[in-house]
Amino acid sequence: MLQLNHVAKLFNPATPDEKIALFDIQLHMKPGDFVTVIGSNGAGKSTLMNIISGVMKPDTGNVIIDNEDITHLPEYRRSQWIGRVFQDPMAGTAPRMTIEENLAMAYARGKQRGLSLGVKASKRTLFREHLSRLGIGLEERLHAKVGMLSGGERQALSLLMATFTNPQILLLDEHTAALDPARAELITRLTESIVREMNLTTLMVTHNMEQAIRLGNRLIMMDGGRIILDIDEERKKDLTVERLLGEFEQISGHKLSDDRLVLG
Amino acid sequence: MIDSLWGALESGLLYAFMALGVYITFRILDFPDLTVDGSFTTGAAIAAVMISNGYSPILATLSGFGGGLVAGVCTGLLHTKGKINGLMSGILMMIALYSINMRIMSKPNISIYDMDSIFVSIQPLIIVPIIAIIVLVLLNRFLYSDIGLALRATGDNERMIRSFGANTDLTKIVGISLSNGLVALSGALIAQQSSFADINGGVGMIVIGLASVIIGEAVFGARNVIHHTISVVLGSIIYRIVVALALRVEWLEASDMKLITAIIVIIALVLPSTRRVIKQKKMAKKRSAEILHVGQKKTMGGGV
Ligand SMILES: Nc1ncnc2c1ncn2[C@@H]1O[C@H](COP(=O)(O)OP(=O)(O)OP(=O)(O)O)[C@@H](O)[C@H]1O
Ligand SMILES: [Mg+2]
Repeated sequence: MLQLNHVAKLFNPATPDEKIALFDIQLHMKPGDFVTVIGSNGAGKSTLMNIISGVMKPDTGNVIIDNEDITHLPEYRRSQWIGRVFQDPMAGTAPRMTIEENLAMAYARGKQRGLSLGVKASKRTLFREHLSRLGIGLEERLHAKVGMLSGGERQALSLLMATFTNPQILLLDEHTAALDPARAELITRLTESIVREMNLTTLMVTHNMEQAIRLGNRLIMMDGGRIILDIDEERKKDLTVERLLGEFEQISGHKLSDDRLVLG
Repeated sequence: MIDSLWGALESGLLYAFMALGVYITFRILDFPDLTVDGSFTTGAAIAAVMISNGYSPILATLSGFGGGLVAGVCTGLLHTKGKINGLMSGILMMIALYSINMRIMSKPNISIYDMDSIFVSIQPLIIVPIIAIIVLVLLNRFLYSDIGLALRATGDNERMIRSFGANTDLTKIVGISLSNGLVALSGALIAQQSSFADINGGVGMIVIGLASVIIGEAVFGARNVIHHTISVVLGSIIYRIVVALALRVEWLEASDMKLITAIIVIIALVLPSTRRVIKQKKMAKKRSAEILHVGQKKTMGGGV
């Protein structure tokens, strides 16, 4: 489904600030894989997401989705296959536009945008149906400006917008990190059920160790721009937070340092 | 007096297209486009030249609109593909348009007095509101279409709409083009109303457009796009009424109008931020009182 081959990315190459953000990354994901990603600050997790979604181009290596090499496709062209939710609740929605308008824009993903009305009665019914599944009453507020919603509500809406057109790949970059525990839990629950229901191939960065172990069928650990540990479904079953942190220290030679680290 | 009010209504509606153009760049795209001063004259120039060469006024007006669309595309290309700063792209185009407008007109001033115009066969006060309504309906229909939503999101959250597959370079070019098309349409109509086109006719248009947008928002509000566009049109009319009244004040000269306009815009730009500060202070007071109250009851957090 998704393949990264020998991907490397440098920032500020050949200057004193040179930074190896990604170093020879090899990652293959099968359809339906749900991979959680953990790693220290600056490990390259967000850069990895940006390379896959096309926000940045890799310096070397290639990105393949469904056997198609998309390394050089601009971001807006690959977004037809990729759904994304960002860490910042402000990032995934347009605040001055209404809930239904935001959904209409997400609905148009992968289609040619034309002059037909963005929000039609038929779509509105569909939007309401999807919104009511979130279970937070947004279906009653189709005409509300998204800027009026709380962070948790916006993130739930972002999640719906990223997934309801059935993307090939879902990228979640610490999408619960900016929320308080109760709201983060809600978004995690929603993520779990949406991913399972739609069988989405998902890559999720998280700083919550317990979550990283509990969710998904595979766990990878990054440090210094490399994938240093790749744990499959079998081994993941009897993993604990202590063991995970222990393994990290053993392989990398230092403690996992994440300023947003949550053990569980 | 009544006559001058009717006159204000008429020119307010004609300049409203220009204000709607400014609304698209400044408010929707959040792109301060100074092309306006040049493209307004382009519209006037094309219409005047065509009419004085015997073309039909309708064709001349539409061609003026087209000229503005092209000018806008150029500004958009400079900004998106040339990666030139927004203000700079507009200024460059405005300067370039001065020469181009001069080429179109081949002299600084063209009179089309006594020649055919849109306003000859039909009463201005009938045809002008009809054109205004048609433009408003079409513009709103566009802004609520799929492309229109992408255009609005480009100014609201560019990263987000790109992640949903919109080519934001393209949406910006479309928006800036449409904006300058409307500005030029306004220029073409004003040339016919006043029976001449002048190479300096567009000077200061950007500020007048902004003033109209701001007045409209302040007086009539802007709940959604339909509401907002109507407010802008009404704002343009109010602006013209203010001008008409100011011209009747003895110690004011016609040339003072630009200063008055600038002051209106300055006030409008300064007011919201001062108001925000005041509002925040009030809010902070209210919230802390609330939190103290809740704290005493020991109920915190929860919910979405
Ligand atoms: N645009 C940029 N310019 C220069 N350096 C960058 C840029 N983006 C990221 N980096 C650097 O690349 C490295 C990897 O950053 P990245 O954001 O991928 O880390 P991360 O694993 O997401 O970290 P965090 O847990 O803090 O989110 C870091 O050292 C960072 O400072
Ligand atoms: Mg990150």
